[in-house]
Amino acid sequence: MSLSGPTEAIAFTQGAAAGTVPASRVPAVTGAQAERHDAAGAAGRSRLASTGRALGKSLAKSLAPWALPLAILAVWQAAASLGFLSSRVLPAPGDVAIAFWRTLRDGTLLSNISVSTGRALTGLAIGGGIGFALGVLNGVWKPAETALDSTLQMLRNVPHLAIIPLVILWFGIDEEAKIFLVAVGVAFPIYLNTYHGIRNVDSGLIEMARVYGLSPAALFTRIVLPGALPSVLVGLRYALGIMWLTLIVAETISSTEGIGYMTMNAREFLQTDVVVLGVLAYALLGKLADSLTRAIEQRALAWNPAYQPGGKGVA
Amino acid sequence: MEIFAASDAEISAALRDRESREVEIRETFRSPRFPETATAERWQGERIRLNNVVKSFGARTVLRRLDLDVPAGQFLAVVGRSGGGKTTLMRLICGLDTATSGEVRIGEAPVTGLMPQVRLLFQDARLAPWQRVIGNVGIARGPGWREKAHAALKDVGLADRGREWPSVLSGGQKQRVALARALVSRPGVLLLDEPFGALDALTRVEMHRLTERIWKEHGFTVVLITHDVAEAVSLADRVVVLRQGEIALDVPVDLPRGGRTGAEAARLHERILAAV
Repeated sequence: MSLSGPTEAIAFTQGAAAGTVPASRVPAVTGAQAERHDAAGAAGRSRLASTGRALGKSLAKSLAPWALPLAILAVWQAAASLGFLSSRVLPAPGDVAIAFWRTLRDGTLLSNISVSTGRALTGLAIGGGIGFALGVLNGVWKPAETALDSTLQMLRNVPHLAIIPLVILWFGIDEEAKIFLVAVGVAFPIYLNTYHGIRNVDSGLIEMARVYGLSPAALFTRIVLPGALPSVLVGLRYALGIMWLTLIVAETISSTEGIGYMTMNAREFLQTDVVVLGVLAYALLGKLADSLTRAIEQRALAWNPAYQPGGKGVA
Repeated sequence: MEIFAASDAEISAALRDRESREVEIRETFRSPRFPETATAERWQGERIRLNNVVKSFGARTVLRRLDLDVPAGQFLAVVGRSGGGKTTLMRLICGLDTATSGEVRIGEAPVTGLMPQVRLLFQDARLAPWQRVIGNVGIARGPGWREKAHAALKDVGLADRGREWPSVLSGGQKQRVALARALVSRPGVLLLDEPFGALDALTRVEMHRLTERIWKEHGFTVVLITHDVAEAVSLADRVVVLRQGEIALDVPVDLPRGGRTGAEAARLHERILAAV
């Protein structure tokens, strides 16, 4: 605890420049103050005080998970400021924040992020579309499964990043190469999960739909597709992870714009702060994509008790 | 604080549970006089005829030369042990399977495929969990399906549950939704494949009354598959015992409906049990 005094103080002063650290710390301070205040509270206000204490405790509880990351950040900042950590190895958090502000103002950060996002989504749309279509086809039509599935299972086992040399020969180092790699990467998880999702739709429900006179089209849209949807969305979440990973590798190899280009360019000039910023941008985009899928799951699978608010969820 | 944090979700779940339980209990006690719809619509029941029907799966013969004539509007119960051919018989009538030889007719039409005038209530309710209750009842859609589905829900006493997900319903309520789904298309024949087997005793009695009332009101033909002799005696006009693919007993039940508990019912019960 003897360390926490000085490091916190440093974090505070440096954080002022970053503009983010103090903002997240403020509630913690008020929480602590509220508690102290309660301890000194008069007897007449005991009910109010206990409410305040409960509030302070809940606040402290909700902030507790942030304590360790903040402490690490503070130690990191201190180590960099005191010269234990060379900025050529790892930049101080404050420097990363400054780099963030600089690249945000000159527009390079946003334009690079939008280029990378565009590539990722294009690849996802193409690869995901193909994977989904093949999954549906093989799931509902036995001859297609016989003809295609084992081939696809073999192809699936080829690590798609291993074919980068070939891809460069085919497409050069242009946009097509990156989009192709992403598309190949995302197609398989979506294919597999769509296929298995459709295969695992309750056969009792399909029999019911037949007895109750549903046409094949209605059977597909009302029974098969909704039944497969949870699995398809799991596939989508896998695919999103692969999508960003593939893009990072592809962009790092060669590009003239995008986050990968930004970080590789910064490396040339030993700008470790920009490199770390690029890493953070990737992380943030990945997290954003995952949250988005979760939101879609919550909406599309509202019928499932696991996704209902207050339900015993896995998500 | 921990108590509050943990209980939020649990309290609402418990409340929901209790609410549906209470509704169910209330409905159970009301059930002896289910709101009889004044303008109950009758539609034409269909006659079912099986002529020398044989069904075998490979070397195993499940039904042997079966002859059965069910007049339109009759409530027939088919009783037998598991593996006696009850479910096979039912699948032949609704066209899910085809007979190895012989002929099945609904009305005048021979059964060649799935019959639109035959509806089937499964052992499990088989509701699509991603469709709301109303969407499940009107699963086949078609013009004006929402009104028809609503009317059917009202018929089974669940008019106010149309917007719920099936997952919040109790077992009995799910079977009632399934019954409403079967009624929407005004079937000439309703096949019941042990639909009450998985329900608790109270709910089962309630379902019996509901089924009996709806059958009386609308006048379709019912074939109830069951292994519960008491259920068969209490509901049916006629009981057929199916043993090893053959009809071992075919008796009418000429007893007044509603509390068939006298000595005569007991004798009939014994007679059927002996044949099973």
